[in-house]
Amino acid sequence: MTDLPMTDLPMTDLPMTDLPMTLDPGARQLPAMGGFNRTVLGIELRRMLRNRRTVVLTLIVPAALLLSIGSQRGWEETVGEGNVAAYLLVSMALYGAALTAAATGTMVAMERAVGWSRQLRLTPLNPVAYILMKALVALFMGALAIAVVNVVGVSQGKAQMPTHVWVLSAVVTLFCTLTFAALGVFVGYLVPGENTMQILGPGLALLSFLGGVFIPLSQYADVVRNIAYWTPMYGVAEVARAPLTHDLPWYAVVNAVCWFVLFVAGAAWRMSKDTARA
Amino acid sequence: MTEQTILEQRSARSAFSLSGVTKDFGPVHAVRGIDLTVAPGEIVAFLGPNGAGKTTTIDMILGLSEPTTGEVSVLGVRPRQAIARGLVSAVMQTGGLLKDMTVRETVAYTASLFADTRPVDEVLDDAGIRAIADRKVGKCSGGEQQRLRFAMALLSDPALLLLDEPTTGMDVEGRRTFWSAIRADAERGRTVLFATHYLEEADQYADRIVLMSRGRIVADGTGAEIKALASGRTVRATLPDPDAAALTSLGGVDSVEVRGDSVIVHAKDSDAVARYLLTETTARDVEITAKGIEEAFLSLTGHDDEGETR
Repeated sequence: MTDLPMTDLPMTDLPMTDLPMTLDPGARQLPAMGGFNRTVLGIELRRMLRNRRTVVLTLIVPAALLLSIGSQRGWEETVGEGNVAAYLLVSMALYGAALTAAATGTMVAMERAVGWSRQLRLTPLNPVAYILMKALVALFMGALAIAVVNVVGVSQGKAQMPTHVWVLSAVVTLFCTLTFAALGVFVGYLVPGENTMQILGPGLALLSFLGGVFIPLSQYADVVRNIAYWTPMYGVAEVARAPLTHDLPWYAVVNAVCWFVLFVAGAAWRMSKDTARA
Repeated sequence: MTEQTILEQRSARSAFSLSGVTKDFGPVHAVRGIDLTVAPGEIVAFLGPNGAGKTTTIDMILGLSEPTTGEVSVLGVRPRQAIARGLVSAVMQTGGLLKDMTVRETVAYTASLFADTRPVDEVLDDAGIRAIADRKVGKCSGGEQQRLRFAMALLSDPALLLLDEPTTGMDVEGRRTFWSAIRADAERGRTVLFATHYLEEADQYADRIVLMSRGRIVADGTGAEIKALASGRTVRATLPDPDAAALTSLGGVDSVEVRGDSVIVHAKDSDAVARYLLTETTARDVEITAKGIEEAFLSLTGHDDEGETR
């Protein structure tokens, strides 16, 4: 240790009154709703829509799939309150919305990786408000994906189901996609960087095949079908199509709820780990 | 007035204060007990080698991490409360920006999170980035990104500004403009704490230099005081069995180190040491070198080894 004097502030020298008002903690306000606001929502949406890869992958691919698969033979056969084309339309909307929500979810991990989340922690933004805004953006993007598939389906003119079924299944599908927003956050942490969607894209397509989104499970061999019941797309697909089919096995509901809880827990677990490190 | 109330009043009037602060990461003691009070309007340089604990300390002042023991107070409140009111900002050296947002979007996004902010266009003007407001952040140069970080930090008119190596990559003119702006703000009462490796920059622009090493504050004083510590020279000579006591008793000797057949003496009066070595001993190969900042750090911390094993 050196003999340099440890400078200590003389008590009398501290300014007592000449502090500008704005620098006084008492004169400062907290933001309303923890920083939840429309400016951020608007910018976040614009970012998603500007990303060409997201737009192609999530808005165009599902619609194109519907056009190709939806024209197969037997589209006019009856399923529940509608026909096979309607069944495929709901399935494809679910696939598109799940992919979109997952893409939105991966942004959270990407933003952490580049230090944006740390930057946000230097603002009054409440973490709950942040996640809420991200969830809303995921929901909006999911709704957009569902709308695109529905518009394409209507213009194709093959799908038939009562209007209330049409609307109800769209709404149910929308909320099912939150599962995949959480999955996106989770996978984003496990596989950081630009590669996240390269895993999630094919991964979700595979899960959709397994879960009976593209092809009904009744056409699968018993072995495959027994595996399918356990995969994450199966439950939400059955739930989303229930307004049309009026057929909802209890284990499909259990599947949907369990995977939702699992993905949210996984995302929360990775996020809290990440925060602890920062 | 009791000592306790004096301390409380002081931390209420200070820009920030740390008392008895330690931070452990598992078995690693990153910060080993810091007491530091900074008054409003002070410009303080936080000097120290990498791994000294500067960043860990700054993170605790920002409320990004909690001290293992001890108290941190910012403008008399807890760090997170100060952040929530826009009283504290920080500019980090890298990262913290999204490439796919435009400059204006980045500022508008940040501004929307505070209860009160300066107008976005005004801040863009001040930072000299209004002309590139519609450019994507990823297409901005390093200097432009740094200006953007400053614009974001100044949005809420913070009372305390923390800067990490603020002028890295700036040219001489940029540095001068930057620091005159910082000084003008300090005169209004804004406190600035900046981390740096460079004694020269600390000496030129700070009112006060806090020197940190191995998790402790090893010196705290004006630039002149700290510089005196680094102004000595190192004398190295080949000399078996040197008389360390005799060397130490020479005027102006800070430390004597024996490494095998070599003796290394840190001294303010290197001439006296050299004269002694050449006339009174059998020393040969005498070398005299100016002490760099790294060695100044070492001479300040070299005798602190008992702290490591405790």
